[in-house]
Amino acid sequence: MFTQIITILILVSIIGCILYGRRLIKTEKVDAVFGNPERAKGGTHWIIVGSSAILLVWLYYSWDIAKGFYPKSANELCQVAKINESLLGLKYQFPIEEREFKSTSIIKIENKNLKKISLEIQNSPDLSNIQKTVLVDFINKTNKLIPLLTNDNLMEINTKIKIDEMTDEIRLLSTNFQKKDYPFETTEQKNERQKAIAEQGSWGIVTVSAGTGSIENTIEVPLVPETDRGLKFHAAAEQLKKINDKFFKLRNHNPQFKNAIKELKSEIKLYRKNLDDTEEVASTYAKNIVKIARRIEFASIYPPNALNEMQNAIIEFDNLQKTEQGGLRLIDILLFPAGTIVASGPSCSEQGSGRWLPKPSDTLNKFILMSKPSVGYKNIPLLWIDMMDVSQIIGFILPDWIADVLPGEYPVHTKDGVVKQNFKGKVLKIVTGDFKLFKIPVPYGHIWDSFLRVFLGLVFGILIGVPLGLFMGLNRFAKGFFDPLIELYRPVPPLAWAPLIISVLGIDNTGKVFLLFMVSLSIMIISARAGASGTQLSKIHAAHSLGASKRQILRYVIFPNSLPEILTGIRVAVGMCWGTLVAAEFLAGTTGIGFVENVAKKYFQYEVIWITIFIMGMLGLLFDVTLRKIIDKTIPWRGKG
Amino acid sequence: MSDLISQNLNMIFKTPKGEIVHALKDLNFKLKKGELLTVLGPSGCGKTTLLNIAAGFLRPTSGNITLNGKEIDGPGVERGMVFQQGALFEWLTVAENVNFGLRMKKKDPIETSKKVDEWLEIVGLKGFGNTPTYQLSGGMQQRVALARCLINNPDLILMDEPLGALDALTREKMQSLVLKIWKETGKTIILITHSVEEALLLGERLYVMAPRPGRIHKEYNLPFAEMGLKEDLREIKKNKDFSSKREEILSMIWNMEEEIMGKEN
Repeated sequence: MFTQIITILILVSIIGCILYGRRLIKTEKVDAVFGNPERAKGGTHWIIVGSSAILLVWLYYSWDIAKGFYPKSANELCQVAKINESLLGLKYQFPIEEREFKSTSIIKIENKNLKKISLEIQNSPDLSNIQKTVLVDFINKTNKLIPLLTNDNLMEINTKIKIDEMTDEIRLLSTNFQKKDYPFETTEQKNERQKAIAEQGSWGIVTVSAGTGSIENTIEVPLVPETDRGLKFHAAAEQLKKINDKFFKLRNHNPQFKNAIKELKSEIKLYRKNLDDTEEVASTYAKNIVKIARRIEFASIYPPNALNEMQNAIIEFDNLQKTEQGGLRLIDILLFPAGTIVASGPSCSEQGSGRWLPKPSDTLNKFILMSKPSVGYKNIPLLWIDMMDVSQIIGFILPDWIADVLPGEYPVHTKDGVVKQNFKGKVLKIVTGDFKLFKIPVPYGHIWDSFLRVFLGLVFGILIGVPLGLFMGLNRFAKGFFDPLIELYRPVPPLAWAPLIISVLGIDNTGKVFLLFMVSLSIMIISARAGASGTQLSKIHAAHSLGASKRQILRYVIFPNSLPEILTGIRVAVGMCWGTLVAAEFLAGTTGIGFVENVAKKYFQYEVIWITIFIMGMLGLLFDVTLRKIIDKTIPWRGKG
Repeated sequence: MSDLISQNLNMIFKTPKGEIVHALKDLNFKLKKGELLTVLGPSGCGKTTLLNIAAGFLRPTSGNITLNGKEIDGPGVERGMVFQQGALFEWLTVAENVNFGLRMKKKDPIETSKKVDEWLEIVGLKGFGNTPTYQLSGGMQQRVALARCLINNPDLILMDEPLGALDALTREKMQSLVLKIWKETGKTIILITHSVEEALLLGERLYVMAPRPGRIHKEYNLPFAEMGLKEDLREIKKNKDFSSKREEILSMIWNMEEEIMGKEN
């Protein structure tokens, strides 16, 4: 329902905006010439067309439009796939899928093979004349096998009866298939099927109650036929499969053929036995001739008109089932691009080139599911709030050595087995957070973890990088001393440091925050340095003659003057940190949005991968927009001085 | 005692190429309190070097320069400076810019804000206190720079081509303002300019400097600044004496420029 409305809305907006845009172009011709930048301004309607087109392509290639408008179609097509699979083997025997009879083409191929081998033998320098005569004799005998099979008069009456039986079965199926209530399901069977339908769930991601609990349905197309039409195809496919199996078990062998081939085989066997090691070439040729004879034996070669009736019956049924498909064929062609269900055969798999685009509706469902704090991903919510006692925060902030350095000793238990608390012990309780205060909400979860890592890395980078950068911009010693250090580590891609830092500092937050600190530090140093060294000399002179001290000049002139550079540096650093973080979380870790994506990759959870990509994009955008707002607020003079 | 006295001032630079440039050679002059000196000369004659030495941004190679008997050895509040481009702090508002010097001295904010308002009125920027400086026009920016310098009550005001970047009309208005402020405050002022007219109009005394080595070529004592306090500046320009002086100085500078070109070729 939702997808339907969205699809219609998209189509309407695309068409509407294109019409509006075209009308606008007509008026534009009057007042704008090509090359005038004014022409690129505005154009919200084209933005709508662009984003709608993306969404439309996504909806289309993920089959979500098909799912929205014809939710049963996938299941029905799955049944059609079953019938196609059953029919395929039979169809290839006749000039339906191919140009000629299977028998004809086999005879053609084997004749060609025999001729080729005979030529080879006659021209071979490694064979003696006697050998040549014997081998050619074998070839002639093999050649004579074929007419034994294709002779109508030699065909056994038993085989004929069996073919007639199968033909009748197909005809009966055709008659039944046209009946409305085919496959004549009993109430019991129907109930059983309904139960199976309820258990398999519908197409796409939903929670399905199965047995005692509920499981999350996979995204494959449901297999059990849900509609009456689907059931017809399903049942017919089953029946056809039996006929198919029967047909391929049947061999058109008559006594004359059996004798001939037996004789030939034993003759060749005897001949090969008597050859010695020096006559290996002759042995190989003899072996190849036997191979061809065997192929002829197992190839179901029939007399030219023996299968005509059966062919007609199959063509009749094929046409019938195609008519029965009706609108389904059109849906298959129009709404199932990039690999169809039918092509995937009876497994009804959605896997295929279109699969890396999960359905938007599925993605949304999965996102809603993951957003629930009780579900989350790997038992950790994406973003939620936990009640945390303030004491824990105090315990985390205050270092434990505060208690250690106090005079006195920690309490020792007495004879009675009681511990009497003293002042030093109480202080230890406070600094370790071993007490109760009020609770405050603290956010946690994958998104929060990633955010916090970036934030901490950035804050440390700014706190150390900005003063150091300003110092380096103003002082020859600082520049000379720190420059080699920074220029040594900065050109190394941050991710190249990741394995080292993670192995030294661990996979937890410390390692990642330190990595991000390294990333942001170099950027902040460079930008602060550029800001400081870019200060106009006249401004510093003015400040000097206005009586400012060195410290005051730094604080009131150089620092504000470098702010534009510093803030731009922060913006760059946020982007770099964000990219590095996700990659670092790929490497190791137990939480974070990059971790989620990495695990999802291992389990082929395309929806989750897309959700993480989306979350990362949105967070990145959020950071940038926020920073841009801050920049506009703090340095309105930028570019206007 | 409140004089600016320069004795045998020498300034020698070494260029990165190793050439030695004699920017100032044996400069001797004395400026009494309340005098307005304009300095004129072709580019490269050491005008700005002289000003930077007086401000304390540069140390002379030899010789000394004293203000009120005290040797100048670094920038100080008693010597205010106005730059060509204003050199305002664009992160501060007009009032904050003017207040900068007092704030650095940690004066009482209520008292200083009153003083800032007074000075803004004097330079004709009443009501612009909260405007960001990057929104001001060039002339207004120079007014802010003047107020910012004067609020510190310096003994000596150094102006480095303060009106150079302004359009003709604004320039005229600012010239009157400079004269008005000079008269009202009685400050000693050194004003460097490229414009002969401006030098003649504003200078009570006028030095024409010559380049290579930088030295005072000719000195004038002029009546026009006094006249400018009473008369319209445009009327003074019609004065015969004024035009003859202007022609004389112009041809003098022209010859100097020719000489430099000749030397180079």
